[in-house]
Amino acid sequence: MVNYSIQVNKISKRYRIGLEQQAHDTFVEAFSEWISRPIKNYRRLRKLTQFDGDNSNEEENIVWALRDISFNVKPGEVVGIIGKNGAGKSTLLKVLSRITHPTSGQVELFGRISSLLEVGTGFHPELTGRENIYLNGTILGMTKAEIDLKFEEIVEFSGVKRFIDTPVKFYSSGMRVRLAFSVAAHLEPEILLIDEVLSVGDAAFQKKSLGKMEEVSKEGRTVLFVSHNMGAVRSLCSRGLLLENGTLVKDGDVDQVINYYLSNKNVSTAGRLAWSEADAPQDNEIILFGIELFSEAGEVRTAFQIDEGFEIRVHYKIKEEVRNLRLYLRLKTTMGETVFATYEDASIREGFIRKPGSYTAICKIPPNLLNNLTYRIYIGFDSPGYKVLIPGREYLEVDIIDTSDGYRYAKGAFDGPIRPVVKWDVKNQ
Amino acid sequence: MGKKTIKSIRELPRIIINTDNSVKKLIDLRELWQYRDLFWFLVIRDIKTRYAQSIIGVGWAVIQPVFSMIIFTIVFGNIAKINSEGIPYAIFSYTALVPWTYFSSSLTDSSKSLISSKNLITKVYFPRLVIPIAPVLAKLIDFGISFLILLGMMVWFGVTPSIWAAFIPLFILIMMLTAAGAGMWLTALAIQYRDIQYGSNFFIQLLMYLSPVIYPASSVPDKFQLVYALNPMVGVIEGFRAVLLGTHSMPWFYLGIGSASAFVLFISGIMYFRHMERYFADVA
Repeated sequence: MVNYSIQVNKISKRYRIGLEQQAHDTFVEAFSEWISRPIKNYRRLRKLTQFDGDNSNEEENIVWALRDISFNVKPGEVVGIIGKNGAGKSTLLKVLSRITHPTSGQVELFGRISSLLEVGTGFHPELTGRENIYLNGTILGMTKAEIDLKFEEIVEFSGVKRFIDTPVKFYSSGMRVRLAFSVAAHLEPEILLIDEVLSVGDAAFQKKSLGKMEEVSKEGRTVLFVSHNMGAVRSLCSRGLLLENGTLVKDGDVDQVINYYLSNKNVSTAGRLAWSEADAPQDNEIILFGIELFSEAGEVRTAFQIDEGFEIRVHYKIKEEVRNLRLYLRLKTTMGETVFATYEDASIREGFIRKPGSYTAICKIPPNLLNNLTYRIYIGFDSPGYKVLIPGREYLEVDIIDTSDGYRYAKGAFDGPIRPVVKWDVKNQ
Repeated sequence: MGKKTIKSIRELPRIIINTDNSVKKLIDLRELWQYRDLFWFLVIRDIKTRYAQSIIGVGWAVIQPVFSMIIFTIVFGNIAKINSEGIPYAIFSYTALVPWTYFSSSLTDSSKSLISSKNLITKVYFPRLVIPIAPVLAKLIDFGISFLILLGMMVWFGVTPSIWAAFIPLFILIMMLTAAGAGMWLTALAIQYRDIQYGSNFFIQLLMYLSPVIYPASSVPDKFQLVYALNPMVGVIEGFRAVLLGTHSMPWFYLGIGSASAFVLFISGIMYFRHMERYFADVA
């Protein structure tokens, strides 16, 4: 008989989304609306915790974040959960970690469980590094005695030893992340649930954390790992689960699941596309060799923080002189709308000639411009007035994520395709 | 750290997550015990951060009741000439202000505790009950400090406490149960209905007039005494006055009814809180 450490049986989770407000165009309407508003508000708020009746009117306001998810995990298995933004990955981890309750279904877990949905949960800026290690550690489920034992190790790993008795509000954001991750990396539960926490911090620390995670996964602990970083999933996990719109569409060997995910989308989520000369999109004059997404720190990634910029690097080779070469790039939503279009600067002047050779065009996307969404990168080459060289197509997908712990209404996806940081001034007249 | 050898998975603690709406245990003591260190660090956090980056620091714990006493003595003692049962009005009102300030400030903190811990609730699991209860404990420090001032005033006014002062721990227990009970109710409501948050400050202010802070409980008309005694703070405040100032004998009537209603409030608070806690992360 096989004993599982996690048994998930037909888990579903529904959420109610906010109801639209009706517009009113007469004073009487506005007035009666003002009078009846408290009652409506009360009903609306009460419904957040009550779901009565399944009439069609109700259905519109309900979203199913998870639908009939079932799987079992053996002790010591390291499972990667992949899928697009909004596929239900985080909700699944929240249900498993008992933060939110399922609408139906049952989960059985054996062992102590710790979830890491964010680094530094509960960090208090006024407390010192030392005090925050204890506070954060106990929040994550450790006892004081366990933290005492590992304290030196945690401080050593974080590299902030000198400032351990300084309030963390004087730390740089990098130091704070390192300290927080060090606490998390020293948890020793039987089951560990991790959500996209490796996407924070600088490159060197990320590498170190990844190493620590690998160590953890070799210790026979059961790990569920959500990430957009296919490289990390591939190297850490043996098994993959693919979620799509709240349902489990693929469960199996990690390579197979990742390949299925990537091939099925026709758009790569790998952060890098490269072709050999034979398969590359090309024309008589030009070959597109590859497209890569680079972080500011210089690594290839598919997901970026909302407040970090990134680069889209396009590698191409000119075989014969091209007149008026124009490389165009569009950022699109997954619904296919163009968010903006941009052109390789040098080549938009009439009469410009690009000589044969290998080129890399780097498009820098500034921080705090995009929304908390998944975008697609559409690229094409032409020579305006003469011919189309390589027709435009969507090649890569990039996820922009907001993991800051902002005020609820200033976090996550806003309305609209972009979320730029705009300066506001409020004057009291 | 070597590889852990797990003989059988069935030996490990078992957690079941399902949609069963009933609350199995009113309080899961075993789990709360597991998280005792977290509870302790939350209390310490509340204490340490309250007066961080402040000049007077813990002096604020004294300023609020002392200044209220001064104002009350001028307005109610000297101008309105409210009966203070033969005791100087300053110490008469301060004896009430010490427990009252504790009660109102711990209830205020407790009632907004879930909203201010929203970031924790949506990111990590732990027994939610520790959140509204931690401030009730943390505020005991302020209570202790303002109580020391009260002892100083008793020496100044030459008042000697009776041997019934041994009952003070009971009064403290009643006021803690009341603050925690009301705190659990209000915070569980406030996370879903933010009106509660806005309304509770006002409500607590009104409650002061329904407690014998500026006047003695004896001035309440007889026909209202029973209803009046339902407020547990009546028994607590009159108790403090009785044992410290010797205004009258132990107010068993107020204490009896008051502790019963404090107990009901506490238990029903836990019940409501436990019933609602599964939704906290969704509505926060």
